[in-house]
Amino acid sequence: MPSRRIIPCLDVKDGRVVKGTNFVNLRDAGSAVELARRYYEEGADELVFLDITATVEKRKALIKLVEEVAKVIRIPFTVGGGISSVEDIDVLLKAGADKVSLNSAIVKNPELISEAATRFGSQAVVVAIDIKKIDDEYKVFVKGGRENTFIEGFGWVKKTVELGAGELLITSMDKDGTKDGYDLDFLSKVKEMVTVPIIASGGAGNQQHFADAFNSANVDACLAASLFHYQEMKISDLKNYLKSVNVDMRI
Amino acid sequence: MIAIIDYGAGNTASVANALEELNVKFRIAKTEGVICKAEKIIFPGVGHAASAVRNLHILNLFNLLRILKRPLLGICLGMQLFSEKSIEGDTACLGVLPVDTKKFDETKVTVPNMGWSKVKSIKESKLFEGLQNEEFFYFAHTYFVPINEFTIATANHDVNFTAAIEKNNFYGVQFHPEKSGKAGLQILENFVEKC
Repeated sequence: MPSRRIIPCLDVKDGRVVKGTNFVNLRDAGSAVELARRYYEEGADELVFLDITATVEKRKALIKLVEEVAKVIRIPFTVGGGISSVEDIDVLLKAGADKVSLNSAIVKNPELISEAATRFGSQAVVVAIDIKKIDDEYKVFVKGGRENTFIEGFGWVKKTVELGAGELLITSMDKDGTKDGYDLDFLSKVKEMVTVPIIASGGAGNQQHFADAFNSANVDACLAASLFHYQEMKISDLKNYLKSVNVDMRI
Repeated sequence: MIAIIDYGAGNTASVANALEELNVKFRIAKTEGVICKAEKIIFPGVGHAASAVRNLHILNLFNLLRILKRPLLGICLGMQLFSEKSIEGDTACLGVLPVDTKKFDETKVTVPNMGWSKVKSIKESKLFEGLQNEEFFYFAHTYFVPINEFTIATANHDVNFTAAIEKNNFYGVQFHPEKSGKAGLQILENFVEKC
């Protein structure tokens, strides 16, 4: 078993990192390349970049940023936002990204998952699923959390894995930005359903929340954004703490 | 000069970036001519074994790689292609290693094996010089090369599998040295300077 991963997420708009609460109210958190370098040096296991303007404004992900980031960090990174074709993916991987994250486009065109997995390998295909609980049922949202697809969450998880997703990035929109802890209920059920790695996202507020996601929901990786951007929590401190509570960490 | 083989199945950008950081001269190569002029060759690989082998045939590199006498470093799928055959697409590979590439058992472990695992050296090799034993490296793979007489380092994911091999001029790593921080850079530097 590989060690569990800590993944800072950089929501990027025009080359700057931004982070909002519940997917709105964006605050500036600095240069994406500089933050990427800092996280690499602090011991992040991996990074995720989400071009949050891409889908809404029909922009392609920021190729240039990907090239710059790939020059300064020697850890894997995923890029998402506005990816709608294998050509989009090809360009990003050639620019130096290791994986891409697919979200809105695959709701319209689920076969994009299998096309991408066949061409680039499942290990390069992360499926990002944004989940919100409505009337006691988990629903899949897209377009940065703005649009309810009315697709049921667990069914979508299963379908994307069958199509060839190599990893799932599960964001709880109810928890995102709340610092209230990850959605352990949904995550542990997903982890039991599928064999691909699961990345938990949305809700981390303290070190205990990470420990709970690893030890209770058994996720493979935890993602967080604002906690790290504003230096509320240092990655190295977090990893040392997790190791002390028996979570396998690369230190 | 180091040649990084670009056969449409590898992330050459990441390897190129790592070599740039090490101030190593390299060329991205697709042709026999360039590869034969290189002192050493890096053979990266991601994606599907069958399409990778098909691309090698299209570029007329398949036999060249088998008979090359210069140091050659296979990375990830690159190393798997050194085996006799891969169960992925039931693909005949280069036949350097006397084993077949297998798949992790999805009923027992998370697949793909994705993340940082400790690598245990079991035989001395210049590739691992200057590194602590049981250093972490980054892996991202669904298939693996079983342990064989040319295995120099192992890792574990339900089963112990080959993390690195050395056979004559053939070197291979299942992990991604270009994505494994400073330890990974050390592997690449060792290959360039010492192998």
